[in-house]
Amino acid sequence: MFSRDTWNEIFETIQKNKLRTFLSGFTVALGILIFVSLFGLGNGLINTFDKFFQEDATNVLYLFPGKTTLPYKGYKSSRRIEFENSDLADIKKNFPMFLEYVTPRITRNKLVKFKEESDNYNITGVDWGYQFAEKTIIMKGRYLNVEDIKNKTKYAVIGRLVEQDLFGSKNAIGKYLDVGGSVFKVIGVFQDDGGDREERGIYIPYRTLQLIEKNTDKIDQMVVAFKPEMGYMGAMAFERSLDKFFKDKKFINPEDQNGIFIRNVADQLQQNQQFARVLQIIVAFVAFGTIIAGIIGISNIMVFVVKERTKELGIRKALGATPKAVISTILLESVFITTISGFTGMLIGIALLSSLGESLAEDYFITNPFINTGVAISATLLLIIFGAIAGYIPAKRAGRIKPIIALQDE
Amino acid sequence: MIEIKDLHKSYKMGSNVLHVLKGINFSVKEGELVAIMGSSGSGKSTLLNILGMLDVADSGEYTLDGVPIKNLNETKAANYRNKFLGFIFQSFNLINYKSALENVALPLYYQRVPRKERQAKAMNYLEQVGLKEWSHHLPSELSGGQKQRVAIARAMVAEPKVLLADELTGALDSTTSYEVMDLIQKINDQGNTILVVTHEDDIAHMCKRIVYLKDGVIMKDEKVKQIKASAYV
Repeated sequence: MFSRDTWNEIFETIQKNKLRTFLSGFTVALGILIFVSLFGLGNGLINTFDKFFQEDATNVLYLFPGKTTLPYKGYKSSRRIEFENSDLADIKKNFPMFLEYVTPRITRNKLVKFKEESDNYNITGVDWGYQFAEKTIIMKGRYLNVEDIKNKTKYAVIGRLVEQDLFGSKNAIGKYLDVGGSVFKVIGVFQDDGGDREERGIYIPYRTLQLIEKNTDKIDQMVVAFKPEMGYMGAMAFERSLDKFFKDKKFINPEDQNGIFIRNVADQLQQNQQFARVLQIIVAFVAFGTIIAGIIGISNIMVFVVKERTKELGIRKALGATPKAVISTILLESVFITTISGFTGMLIGIALLSSLGESLAEDYFITNPFINTGVAISATLLLIIFGAIAGYIPAKRAGRIKPIIALQDE
Repeated sequence: MIEIKDLHKSYKMGSNVLHVLKGINFSVKEGELVAIMGSSGSGKSTLLNILGMLDVADSGEYTLDGVPIKNLNETKAANYRNKFLGFIFQSFNLINYKSALENVALPLYYQRVPRKERQAKAMNYLEQVGLKEWSHHLPSELSGGQKQRVAIARAMVAEPKVLLADELTGALDSTTSYEVMDLIQKINDQGNTILVVTHEDDIAHMCKRIVYLKDGVIMKDEKVKQIKASAYV
């Protein structure tokens, strides 16, 4: 069955029936190519998804003040809740076992000037921990530290694009900026995977910002980072305790959903991972459909091939070909073609995916599409094996062709 | 060489049963050149198909070279065909994508003869039918007479016991027919047993014996004086 002679015969047949070879090969190659591309693009989508939630730390809770909707303990509803510095201290005091760090976030938009250049930027007053919450990467200089906060220094850490806008190609470190009328010294330049918007921002110590604003102790929002080893359940429990603590402290009705808001990244992460999983299932389903379509395609081609070769197979049988010889001729030929073209399609697909890289990231949310080589190879093998099984039925029928019927003149 | 006793064959055509062969008895000795004659529907092609193991008789005995041919499965029939018989068809039945040489070598492929030997043998037989120079041409590049000569070489190459020819001149003009018959006579003169099915009187008379078939029975079975085809070429 596997003698050199058999293969010679098969190669000859393949070589001399180029159209037929091309048709069956093309179907298989295209099927695998579509499968690989689809699967890879799906993975790229999931990549983008994961990246979205890796831009910021995932072990943080965001606390936003709201407006009450229920009266409570003598307070009327529609009261605006505000956070202040003592809230930060209370969190540190009451939840030390959960806490990694806590930082406020006060955002203002101010006109920033350096010499002739000026523009409006988001100025964010933060504590040192905010670097980890935002996963800010320092390119040069340093981030704000504990001393800067305590001493209310007029230091600023500016985004990469701010430096580009205001200083051009010059180094911004050590230069003085006019931020909304106050002078700040640039001590660091950062970059952020979050994109241009984030890199057009400036961080200053929150105490300094409060000092400029008539020495207030009000805070816009609080970012609370918990210890990652607490896990999802721990994070949810921490969120509940924080909620209860602040509703107590701010005299908010425990039933009131609008007094304060807590955004839990861990919870969102969980949801989004579920979404990504659903996405993966959909992609796998469509890809599986492609493989099924490919198998049906091969079966059709096999039926066509046997039909087309009926006369030839009749001649071969009259000359002494046994049914087994006929079946193995057809099957080996088709398996050979599907193997070669299947793997060709697979390699083209993989090459296509790796050539895409980040090029679709901006417009189509597809980052670094890829397919696991094992998945690609097993899909190809699956197509080959099922193609052979599907081809066996017409091949078997071909083996039973009666020479006299095959040789009848039409 | 061939021994047939009381052969019956009928075909079901819907609700009708068509009794094609109604008890055929005849035998062929080694080295004979026999023509089976009859009009269409006389059963001559059915007889040839049964002799060629392409079809199975309903009843009767068939012995080929001392081997009783019965209870054949597909594989066994294929092996017997390959070993005992060479076929020549009206429409040549060459494989259109194989060269003349490859077509001739094909029966040997199914005998698992090594490639080199196969090709040498095939070339030898192509030379005998005068087509050595055409060995690498495809059937589409050959004339009808040439195609039939390739088919004869293919039938000969496995050195079968019997050559079966079904209307082998049916698709050829008379000059070419005589050329082909000349070749058949020469092969017969070398001692090969040949059965020719035909409805043409002149072709039949180029054989040594004529069996007349009508409505599924043998009307007449006579030795004739062979007319040499070379006289017409």
